[in-house]
Amino acid sequence: MSNTNTEQYFVPHKARWPIVGSIGMTLTAVGAATFMNSSSSHTPVLMYLGFAVIIFMMFGWFGEVVKESESQMYNEQVDTSFRMGMVWFIFSEVMFFACFFGALWYVRNFAVPWLGGEGTGSWTNNEIWSGYEGVWPTNGPANVGGEFELIDPYHLPLINTILLMASSITLTIAHHALIKGLRKKTIGWLIATVILGATFLFYQAEEYIEAYQHLGLTLGSGIYGSTFFMLTGFHGMHVTLGAIMLTVITIRMIKGHFKPDSHFGFEAVAWYWHFVDVVWIGLFIFVYIM
Amino acid sequence: MSHTTTLDHEHDHDHKPKGFVNRWLMTTNHKDIGTLYLVFALIMFIAGGALAMIIRLELFQPGLQFVEPDFFNQLTTMHALIMVFGAVMPAFVGFANWMIPMMIGAPDMALPRMNNWSFWILPFAFIMLGSTFFMDGGAPAAGWTLYPPLVLQGGKNLAFAVFAIHMMGISSIMGAINVIATIMNMRAPNMGYLKMPLFVWTWLITAFLLIAVMPVFAGAVTMLLTDHYFGTTFFNAAGGGDPVLFQHIFWFFGHPEVYIMILPSFGIISEIIPTFARKPLFGYVSMVYASAAIAFLSFIVWAHHMFSVGMPFGAELYFMYATMLISIPTGVKVFNWVATMWKGAMTFETPMLFAIAFVILFTIGGFSGLMMSIAPADFQYHDTYFIVAHFHYVLVTGAVFAIIGGVYYWIPKWTGNMYSERLGKIHFWWSTISVNVLFFPQHFLGLAGMPRRIPDYSTQFTEFNMWSSIGGFAFGLAQVFFCIIVWRTVKGKGTTKATDRVWDSAKGLEWFVPSPAPHHTFQDGAPVKDEQLAHVSSH
Amino acid sequence: MNKTTKSCKRGYLSLFFTVLGTFISGFAYAEYGVNMTQGVTEFSQTAYDLHMIVFWICVVIAVLVFGTMIYSMFAHRKSKGVEAAQFSHSTKAEVIWTIIPILILVSMAVPATKALMRMEAPKDENGEHLNMEMTVKVTGYQWKWKYEYLGENVSFLSTLKRDSDMARQIGDFPNKKRPGEIENYLLDVDQPLVIPVDTNIRFLLTSNDVIHSWWVPQFGWKRDAIPGYVNEAWTNVKEVGTYRGQCAELCGKDHGFMPIVVEVKSKEDFAKWLSEQKGENLAGDVSVQTLAKN
Ligand code: HEA
Ligand code: HEA
Ligand code: CUA
Ligand SMILES: [Cu+2]
Repeated sequence: MSNTNTEQYFVPHKARWPIVGSIGMTLTAVGAATFMNSSSSHTPVLMYLGFAVIIFMMFGWFGEVVKESESQMYNEQVDTSFRMGMVWFIFSEVMFFACFFGALWYVRNFAVPWLGGEGTGSWTNNEIWSGYEGVWPTNGPANVGGEFELIDPYHLPLINTILLMASSITLTIAHHALIKGLRKKTIGWLIATVILGATFLFYQAEEYIEAYQHLGLTLGSGIYGSTFFMLTGFHGMHVTLGAIMLTVITIRMIKGHFKPDSHFGFEAVAWYWHFVDVVWIGLFIFVYIM
Repeated sequence: MSHTTTLDHEHDHDHKPKGFVNRWLMTTNHKDIGTLYLVFALIMFIAGGALAMIIRLELFQPGLQFVEPDFFNQLTTMHALIMVFGAVMPAFVGFANWMIPMMIGAPDMALPRMNNWSFWILPFAFIMLGSTFFMDGGAPAAGWTLYPPLVLQGGKNLAFAVFAIHMMGISSIMGAINVIATIMNMRAPNMGYLKMPLFVWTWLITAFLLIAVMPVFAGAVTMLLTDHYFGTTFFNAAGGGDPVLFQHIFWFFGHPEVYIMILPSFGIISEIIPTFARKPLFGYVSMVYASAAIAFLSFIVWAHHMFSVGMPFGAELYFMYATMLISIPTGVKVFNWVATMWKGAMTFETPMLFAIAFVILFTIGGFSGLMMSIAPADFQYHDTYFIVAHFHYVLVTGAVFAIIGGVYYWIPKWTGNMYSERLGKIHFWWSTISVNVLFFPQHFLGLAGMPRRIPDYSTQFTEFNMWSSIGGFAFGLAQVFFCIIVWRTVKGKGTTKATDRVWDSAKGLEWFVPSPAPHHTFQDGAPVKDEQLAHVSSH
Repeated sequence: MNKTTKSCKRGYLSLFFTVLGTFISGFAYAEYGVNMTQGVTEFSQTAYDLHMIVFWICVVIAVLVFGTMIYSMFAHRKSKGVEAAQFSHSTKAEVIWTIIPILILVSMAVPATKALMRMEAPKDENGEHLNMEMTVKVTGYQWKWKYEYLGENVSFLSTLKRDSDMARQIGDFPNKKRPGEIENYLLDVDQPLVIPVDTNIRFLLTSNDVIHSWWVPQFGWKRDAIPGYVNEAWTNVKEVGTYRGQCAELCGKDHGFMPIVVEVKSKEDFAKWLSEQKGENLAGDVSVQTLAKN
């Protein structure tokens, strides 16, 4: 009777956390929306409260899942469901980024050249924006946001590329160590990964400060600033989330969770981290270099 | 069964949790969640329909009678957003929840807790969206397509609308992930992919579409948000952006979105017709391929909504050809349905009547779609009532008719009570006649030159608008009647008990469990038997 | 066990005739002026022809498909005591009904391609780019149109005529007229665009605020006016007359109230009109400019 309790697919009988999550989400959304709409820059209390509720929900929800997982309630089929869930979630994230990459592609190959008079844009250029050259990078024919300078891809961004790629490698080493049952080694490499991720974020912040304070490059610097900050910003948010998740699994490792042959939580975070890494490589090429 | 003892108190699986909060708010049961979705969808359908009634009232005759132009635009916008995201999509998710696990022999959806969350985001999102009606500046008024720069002129509603859309997107994505994981991972032994009912197949494909395009929509509205509040210039030429960029992104989402609303209908119709023709579905495999082809094509035709924005000639040509192609796989479906009826032994119960009306009326809507895909002619059709007629044929007599037909088809299984066939038939005839009075004249209006999204029109359009409005009110009342029928069936008033099989030649696992279906089905993981299935031989 | 054996009344099928009937009678109506206009340009005629070709193809397919279905519903019903056949597949049939529609589509695509080419990349008899004889720049404003005759220094705004504007107001007030009492309700402007007949005219379209769309059905096309970009279109009107249209892209609260009126004059009358405008415009220009700013 060793496996009696996992022969059946585990269906939890009560879900307390989703409704908490919905409330958190709504608070965040309403808080953010009212904040954006108000002219005075008060602290968006409601929004922070919402965030807090969401974080509370996540701890509660994942905590419950971890508990169930650790008490052997999941069979392989449940594990597969989780894997599929994670894979398709990451796919949806890929499409989210694709949207912004697509926007970048469109403005560079169509909108900006048209404004500069290429192709079907000759009347546009003559009648409205005469004198505008339409070369990338640009903040548009009206010079929105004023003059700006670019970030040199081969300084901080290159360092960041190396950091993030290295973190993917350290994470893979940690994973192999986990499969071999080398707990200490796993923890060590995980910590290294977290540190690399955190350093990446630190440099990214540095880069933003540099852009805003010295280069004149802001979110409002026309289409260049828009695409640059939206792409790198959303990526940065994902790295932050990934780093938090890495921290959590490191703690779980230390607490003795995960087994060499079953450690979905670990793998999910690893997939996510690799996804974040791949997006960065896309950014490095299409946003910084080209 | 010992595993349940550690975490919960329900030892007996057939007992539903007690109390409202336990039963509905915290449920993880696919049937209860399905019910929640369906009830929610019905409420939203009434809300969206009520807005449509005001629209039709205002358009009853020329001159402004009841609403200010700006409010009219809010009505149009909210009508569409509510119908699309609140009524039709959730209704299909409700069907998916109820039927997919039962059809593939699964104990529940793959990720039951997340399933609960997918649903319980929606009411919050729609309360938020609806609340914009009461803000200064009112609700969004730029059409459901939310084109900038117009949408950026809206008052405070933009942030609320955008966040509400984000939440709906999250809900849809989680719902879709659940459907995929369920279908790919939870099929009972011996339930091969090519033995799955077509409804399951179409939903699997729909789920892929959802995961692929909802994030893109989220990205698009995020750009609206930052353009409005944070000074980005994605859609502003002065900063190097382009308003048309939004349209490209929106329709990259929007076109697959319309197939998201029709593919599950195709699935429902493909379940109903064989049952009442007493004959296997014709061309099962080609139906699967056709659905996949439609889904694939839906990603590469989006700019047929933008023929008049001034795209380069080559692009117009390409999008015209690609759009025309969709008629091929769709035609395959229509022909297969007809071939299924051919030489059957048909009876015409209410679900079958709705299915037959679907085939005819959806095809009419498809034909007007085909006409609009001809770019040079679309320069005339675009943004007229011809388009309004087109999409209401595919959406109302398409998607909504399939939903209603599906409700009649499965409600005996859901409730254990047979609906009243007499009332069902009255509802059918009432709906079908009135809906044609409602939408058919809109073709003529469009061809005669009446633009869409206008609160008032030139006097030559009066007559057809009156017809349309009268049809609209009649169709609206017919749906009130539908609500009564559903209510009576649920309560078992004037009805008989449903048998387990319900329809004499129905095939598929759902017909081999009791009516009403027990709270939990298929927990034993036993292999399904071929003779219970509609499709076993895979050619 | 089953409730399906109730015999069917003949009346059930009247629905399908009702629908088909509407469909056909709709077409009959179409002959009486609710069909797409044939218009007054080569392009509007092409659009109409394409519309009718595709329409008739659809009608034929509809008759075949629905006819088969309706026949089947009469002939293959349980109440007649038929046994259901059990076939579920026929490669031959499936190939046929994939190939034939493809051929039908190709036959539609050919004329459609030609028409599109004529609109977007017009050529003259010698295969050269068609020469445009004059250029009108159209700018959309919320909620009026501005017309500029490029190179002529003539420009003016065109707004919904006052009587329509009064009649459309909500509520009752003294001397309020009803829409029916006004000629060309909502389709009249204070100052129409004037263009010459038989002339290749280039239209440049742009906007000052949100997206509008300039559409005169009788010319056979509409084209969006997009802020910050200039779109191009062309026309050559064959008949003198007055043609009316409307803004065709939602542009805010008065989207329904920014009509377009084009007066097409003979070349001589047009020349006369234009020189009059030039005289007047010296005075008029200032006010136009200030108006445009608002
Ligand atoms: C369920 C929703 C749904 C469905 C299924 C469709 C199906 C189709 N639609 Fe529709 N469409 C909408 C919802 C839908 N549409 C909406 C909501 C809008 C407006 C959005 C807005 O602007 O607000 C719109 C707008 C729209 C436009 C833009 C018009 C404009 O704004 O100018 C176009 C243009 O090409 C188009 C085309 C088509 C085509 C070719 C199909 C095809 O899939 C139809 C295919 C089916 C058939 C053709 C019939 C059956 C086939 C046969 C019997 C085979 C034999 C036939 C031949 C070979 C001829 N649609
Ligand atoms: C699935 C989607 C869906 C559905 C189901 C419907 C259903 C209906 N739509 Fe919808 N509609 C859209 C999607 C949909 N629509 C979209 C996408 C647009 C474009 C928006 C845009 O331009 O941005 C649109 C636009 C649109 C317009 C054009 C507005 C304009 O251009 O300004 C009109 C006008 O007649 C209209 C009418 C109707 C009517 C009468 C129904 C009816 O079928 C509704 C029937 C239902 C009910 C009425 C509810 C039930 C009963 C009651 C509430 C009780 C009260 C009843 C009475 C008082 C009689 N719709
Ligand atoms: Cu201008 Cu609509
Ligand atoms: Cu489309």
